[in-house]
Amino acid sequence: MTTTLTPPRPARAARTSRTAAVAVLKTETRLFRREPAGLFWIMVFPTVLLVVLGSIPGFRDPDKALGGIRFVDAYVPVAVLLSMIMAGLQAMPPVITGYRERGILRRMSATPVRPSALLGAQMGLHGAAALISALLSLTVGRLAFHVALPHQLFGYALGLLLAVLSALALGALVSALSRTSKVANAIGSAVFFPMMFSAGVWLPVQAMPDTLGRIVELLPFGAAAQALNEAAAGSWPGWDHLGILALWTVLLSAAATRWFRWE
Amino acid sequence: MAIIEVTGVRKAYGRRPAVDGVSFAVEEGEIFGILGPNGAGKTTTVECIEGLRVPDAGVIRVAGHDPVADHDEVTRILGAQLQESELQPKLTVREALALYAAFYPNPADWRPLAERLGLGEKLNTRFAKLSGGQKQRLFIALALIGNPRVVVLDELTTGLDPRARRDTWALIEDVRRSGVTVLLVTHFMEEAQRLCDRVAVIDKGRIAALDTPSGLIRRAAGSTVISFTPSAPLDDIALTELPQAAAVEEKHGRVTIHGTDETVNAVITLLARHHITAHQLRVSEATLDDAFLDLTEASA
Repeated sequence: MTTTLTPPRPARAARTSRTAAVAVLKTETRLFRREPAGLFWIMVFPTVLLVVLGSIPGFRDPDKALGGIRFVDAYVPVAVLLSMIMAGLQAMPPVITGYRERGILRRMSATPVRPSALLGAQMGLHGAAALISALLSLTVGRLAFHVALPHQLFGYALGLLLAVLSALALGALVSALSRTSKVANAIGSAVFFPMMFSAGVWLPVQAMPDTLGRIVELLPFGAAAQALNEAAAGSWPGWDHLGILALWTVLLSAAATRWFRWE
Repeated sequence: MAIIEVTGVRKAYGRRPAVDGVSFAVEEGEIFGILGPNGAGKTTTVECIEGLRVPDAGVIRVAGHDPVADHDEVTRILGAQLQESELQPKLTVREALALYAAFYPNPADWRPLAERLGLGEKLNTRFAKLSGGQKQRLFIALALIGNPRVVVLDELTTGLDPRARRDTWALIEDVRRSGVTVLLVTHFMEEAQRLCDRVAVIDKGRIAALDTPSGLIRRAAGSTVISFTPSAPLDDIALTELPQAAAVEEKHGRVTIHGTDETVNAVITLLARHHITAHQLRVSEATLDDAFLDLTEASA
């Protein structure tokens, strides 16, 4: 009856799945905006930390340990990476694990839409929030503390992109390995501090003693920090740093895909 | 015409078989019940029908489609309410309905659907703030929103108060009247007896019986229960020799006999012959409860 009036199925199906993916993204964006704590830690806190540290007069003088730049200059990339760690490692895993724990992914499996649409939306949103936060840190650093914008803009953008991807992949792996959102919180926190350290939150990577610095550069956020520093200073980020970052992203994504359970 | 056909389905978790060779067919337009004790394999069976699990053996067809291979097609035909699933806590009723409507090529208009399910006042309420009954009604709405031909409702009324349960039953009858086939998983006898056209009793992964509710009751041994307090002891009277008396018990001076209509007449005749009066004589039909216990014990 009415079915004879409808267009052939493949076209309809494709249109429906596109509408569905958009609907999922819109809904998850709304839900994301309903989490003020998450928004604060990802989008506000890193810049607030930059402002607080930048307000200390000594941090606005050139520092020999940092190769002649000011502490506040070195801290902009740190704030940028901090937002990614907050988004990927602190905010996202409990959400995804909760979706699995509560059977939300399963409920979606019983519809024509794949639950991967939900995961895609969550990763996209957390990634976008981290990038917006990065822009905020760069802008505030420029306006409040005259931190020069990255001289090698493309290199900096590439470093940012890889850093976001590795943060999301790391978060996805934590979600994959955690059976409950409580476990996700615990594992997330355990990985959180080493990641913050390697990004230079306590001591920028350039100022770390030689051996420590070399070890930290092998970690995703240590490599990311060095890539961003190089691009900020005006040279193309070293392929070793970008390569390490890319390798981590690939390995973490593969492991997350391998171990992720839908229920 | 059968809209769901299940043939020889098996599914094991590790070495423990959950479903062990189940076959049945659900006709279009009926309310078909799957009844069984906890852990009998009811949910695993319907999860295979919904395409959420892959059976180890056997064939399932939903309107001719394989739920695993033609998952997309089956999800458009079959709406599901899953046991123990939730929604995003901060999602409102309106957002949930609009979101799920976007998943289907031919969705129902969610506004009248929400009204029909008594959710009209709750459209702006977040999922986490809904009561148990409201959550269940929302899940029924989501199961119906794709305009499915069949809905699978798994333990729909578990955890609801008697009032909400009765309201939900009326709703299910309403759904069937609108032409949708209903596959209902339950462990409430009263629910199955009240709603289902036919019931499959599943026990230990197998079908113990498949019949109409009244057929199941009739099938159970001793479906008529006669009880009374005799005016004098019955010591010398051989009640067990009564026609079709399946069981006779005496407790605190009260006698209970399981039998058939024939047994009722025989008991009265026998008592009259011995000049014994039956005080507080009660004759009652066994319920699906009795039949269920009988069937699941028999296969134990």
